[in-house]
Amino acid sequence: MNMPFYVSPEQVMKDRADYARKGIARGRALVALQYGGGIVIVAENTSNTLRKTSEIYDRIAFAGVGKYNEFDQLRRLGVRTADVKGYSFSRDDVEARSLANEYAQILGQIFTHEMKPLEVEILVAEVGVTPADDQLFHILYDGTLIDEASYCVLGGDAETIGSRMEGKVSPEIELGAAVRLAMSALSGPDRTLSPADSEVAVLERSAGRRCFRRIENGEIASLLA
Amino acid sequence: MFAPGDDPGSSFFDLLRKIGVSPWPDLGSRTGVVEAPHGTTVLALRYAEGVVMAGDRRATMGHRIANRDMEKVVPADRHSGVAIAGTAGTAMDMIKLFQLQLEHYEKLDGRAISLEGKANQLSQMVRSNLPAAMQGFTVVPIFAGYDLLRRTGRLWDFDVTGGRYEEREFVTQGSGSDPASTVLKISYRPGLGRDEAITVACRALWEAAEVDTATGGPDGLRRIYPVVATIDVDGWSRVDDAVLAGVFDGLLEADRERREVRP
Repeated sequence: MNMPFYVSPEQVMKDRADYARKGIARGRALVALQYGGGIVIVAENTSNTLRKTSEIYDRIAFAGVGKYNEFDQLRRLGVRTADVKGYSFSRDDVEARSLANEYAQILGQIFTHEMKPLEVEILVAEVGVTPADDQLFHILYDGTLIDEASYCVLGGDAETIGSRMEGKVSPEIELGAAVRLAMSALSGPDRTLSPADSEVAVLERSAGRRCFRRIENGEIASLLA
Repeated sequence: MFAPGDDPGSSFFDLLRKIGVSPWPDLGSRTGVVEAPHGTTVLALRYAEGVVMAGDRRATMGHRIANRDMEKVVPADRHSGVAIAGTAGTAMDMIKLFQLQLEHYEKLDGRAISLEGKANQLSQMVRSNLPAAMQGFTVVPIFAGYDLLRRTGRLWDFDVTGGRYEEREFVTQGSGSDPASTVLKISYRPGLGRDEAITVACRALWEAAEVDTATGGPDGLRRIYPVVATIDVDGWSRVDDAVLAGVFDGLLEADRERREVRP
């Protein structure tokens, strides 16, 4: 009879985490930060059709990095959960915190029980009535849930990108300044990001019911000027 | 998360069915008459840049006025609107579900359904309501919007079985629809301006309220005016009550003048 080799749980978890991290690092990063009118999400993305950011509900946005099909599945799940909750209760009862918790549960479950962890990092952002009510939930491949203040970076090389933004984010800066800051943090000093290679979306605090809006390439160009 | 073969796709109805929350009540073979509030006259007409939709605000239950400020004309999304005549409760639920379906699809797929597709979705909803309609809970909508592909206003009439008929000029629905459609028939001409079209819509509702007890007229006492909205390339825009008050004052004045006996 064949005996399976003993592998310690520490080793299994470490291997899975390494695998997930490697997969995520292959993709391009994404930044979300507060600005004067709400929250802006800037992603490095060469595709104009396969999006990394999306609307979940009236004041809630989703963003993901890593493997597209995996975070898109999570995005769809979020839209469904939010719409069903809003339908059976009220639109006011849909909030980012419970959605982020649900995501954390799912990612944690898959990380420990499935062969392959999801190679994704996701963000659930909610724009509040005042800047103090804004919420940024950053969820890692293993279900770790981080409640970030004022800005957050998703993807490989997050530390370097984050260090380029440190001390420069404030809830008062203009949209143009916020986008320029995010783009230069994403690109680093050695190259520049063009509007065609980026994806920008905002949650506008005072946009009425549906706060999510994509900023098209032409408008990005004018913001960068 | 759903397995690939089991995924309900971008439809909110299919999603509700999948998770076991059916929006359509199972009426079975129960019979009997339940009295429920009814909403009445709604209409839509095309003008040069789009469509005008309008509806009175009254809901009745038998001979009683159940509600004076019901809104039977609502935006379905940015470029379309829906107006409903029939059993108020069922109608309001249908509107809510229809709005959600359009928004849900737009979010999941990343783009809005075509105007034709929206009309088709609504017709499927009306058909799903057929068992309830046979027990007296009839709901008959009007759907209108601005078609961004064809760059024109379009409108649809429905019947209780879900039949969908696109009209070129105007549509009326509800108990006051006869007098309303007569006014529209006389006043309509292709290429009406926005203000003219609003006045025509108000006139039609006014005449409907004159002869139909279930249709509410402008209520100056409570400052409740019909819902009138236009949909053009820039989307849904509701006409202010102050503007409507002016239009109705004008109609009243004209009517009074017409009736004056001159020596």
